[in-house]
Amino acid sequence: MKRAGFENIWLPVALLLPQLMIIAIFFYWPAGWALQSSFFLQDPFGFGSTFVGAENYTSLLGNDQYKRVAGFTIIYSVLVTFFSLAIALLLAVKADKVIRGAKTYRTLLMWVYAIAPPVAGFLGILFFDQSTGPMTKFFQMFGWDFKLGVDYNATATAMIIVAVWKQIPVNFIFFLSGLQSIPRSVREAAMIDNRSATGRFWEVTFPLLAPTAFFLLIINITYALFDTFGIIDALMKGEPGNNPMTLVYKVYLDGFRGNDLGGSSAQSVVLMVLVLILTVFQFRLVERRIHYT
Amino acid sequence: MAQVSLEGIRKVYPNGFQAVETTSFTIQDGEFVVLVGPSGCGKSTLLRMIAGLEDITEGTLKIGDRVVNDVDPADRDIAMVFQNYALYPHMTVRKNIGYGLKNRGTSTSEIDAKVQDAAKMLNLTEYLDRKPAQLSGGQRQRVAMGRAVVRDPSLFLFDEPLSNLDAKLRNQMRIEIKALQRRLGTTAVYVTHDQVEAMTMADRIIVLNAGRIEQIGTPSEIYHNPASTFVASFMGAPPMNLIDAQVEQGQVKINGYEGLMPASASNTGPVTLGIRPEDVVLDEQGAVPFRVDILEELGAHRLLHGDLGGQSFTVLIGKDHAAEIGETRVRLKPDALRLFDVESGKVL
Repeated sequence: MKRAGFENIWLPVALLLPQLMIIAIFFYWPAGWALQSSFFLQDPFGFGSTFVGAENYTSLLGNDQYKRVAGFTIIYSVLVTFFSLAIALLLAVKADKVIRGAKTYRTLLMWVYAIAPPVAGFLGILFFDQSTGPMTKFFQMFGWDFKLGVDYNATATAMIIVAVWKQIPVNFIFFLSGLQSIPRSVREAAMIDNRSATGRFWEVTFPLLAPTAFFLLIINITYALFDTFGIIDALMKGEPGNNPMTLVYKVYLDGFRGNDLGGSSAQSVVLMVLVLILTVFQFRLVERRIHYT
Repeated sequence: MAQVSLEGIRKVYPNGFQAVETTSFTIQDGEFVVLVGPSGCGKSTLLRMIAGLEDITEGTLKIGDRVVNDVDPADRDIAMVFQNYALYPHMTVRKNIGYGLKNRGTSTSEIDAKVQDAAKMLNLTEYLDRKPAQLSGGQRQRVAMGRAVVRDPSLFLFDEPLSNLDAKLRNQMRIEIKALQRRLGTTAVYVTHDQVEAMTMADRIIVLNAGRIEQIGTPSEIYHNPASTFVASFMGAPPMNLIDAQVEQGQVKINGYEGLMPASASNTGPVTLGIRPEDVVLDEQGAVPFRVDILEELGAHRLLHGDLGGQSFTVLIGKDHAAEIGETRVRLKPDALRLFDVESGKVL
């Protein structure tokens, strides 16, 4: 194969520059600042800062509240990722089989995608409202005195349900287009080779959908960790007290409500490293099993 | 091994389009039947109904003695080879071939042995651990064949399996498939739009047009005694010459040239006259004048395209015969002339 090359170095540099600048300004620069300020203790009124070494990090290790938030973040991310992928896959498989009115179903299922996370959070408040919310009444039918924003488990449940609901459409679109890109004849060959529809799904359809599923797995973990901020903020109604929150929300809370910029920076550096490790892990272990056509 | 019978089979799609008109025929045990016709003639729909991939609107389909209208494709004891091979891209050749056996509860050691046998028969042994993406078109085609033969089904279904291959490979695979089917003695239904494939491979050909059977017959019957002008022009390359003629006083005439052949008096009036290009002889004493406009050199023969009584006409001559562009005369072999009804196109 012939390798194409540029005659001089400046053209490729110029072509890459806009993208590199965006990454530099919006990622490396703030990340560098966070790293730097994580070693300092800032004065709450902005009069100066003192170098404290790794103290911001070591104090995180001994902080029970931080550990509890980290624990909730893991459970929350796993549940949100799992349910939003699983439900979307189920819907996509069903929608793929529909022949009549397929477009209508697809459009209806995609509407939610257009809703911004904070708006989804407010819709969640309406649904889970203590006195009028239909979901609250639904849970009460099962004898659960559901109190949004007061009871830890109630708020956690509401957060997960709203976050999942908001993410399903994106996953649905990707899964559906993934399903539709599987050649019809391959599925038909499988129908002749395998009587069981479940067997066909897991042995033929799903492996061919795996590249899409892997991509969505990464997108969904990122979504659960970071992009659900608006939902959490809305559902908590500004009263963090006894409510569950994710690590990202705690970074915001400690930094901008608590004015502890150093501690908050240390938390965001930890979060950054964790996500980095998780991503490397995913690419190394999961992606290896995927067949790209 | 099985006989396949279609009794009054009909297919109407939900949108009201009738893909296959009410159709009945029987395929004998061990027979190689080719369904041929232009695109959209319903040949693939017919095949897919036999496979169980398409619902049957009306009629009864039997494979062996069993009515299979509502039987799952996996339970019909059939194997199908698809146009684009339809291999499982994430599985190795070995797994592709063995997948159908695995799902039928065959033991691992037996699967291994059968896959080995099939691979040997198809010269695939050294490729067993490759994925389909690492194979050439011809090898993929062989894997698809392997997947079909390994299960030893009672019926093979082929849906234009050679149309993605280049011409040379196509000729080779044509012979291989035919030889394999002969050796295994398995009943086969083969769909194609290529009349050469149909002629060379079939024990019997079924010519379809617009969802209707035009003719069923051996390749020789179809070629020499086409039932309609459609069959006459579809089968054979170059196609049969079809020109306007008249029957008067028991004689066929083309634009007043007489003495071609006697015809029964009941057909008096205009007819369509058909004659294969190789049944026309260049002859200075011939009854009909012919003007050669274009001469196509094909090596073994030459094709002369031109004008006969104001209508376009083709003559095929052997490489040993001289021919040049310009006016000449031809003689039509009387026993090779076929007459068709002008309105319906049916043979008279």
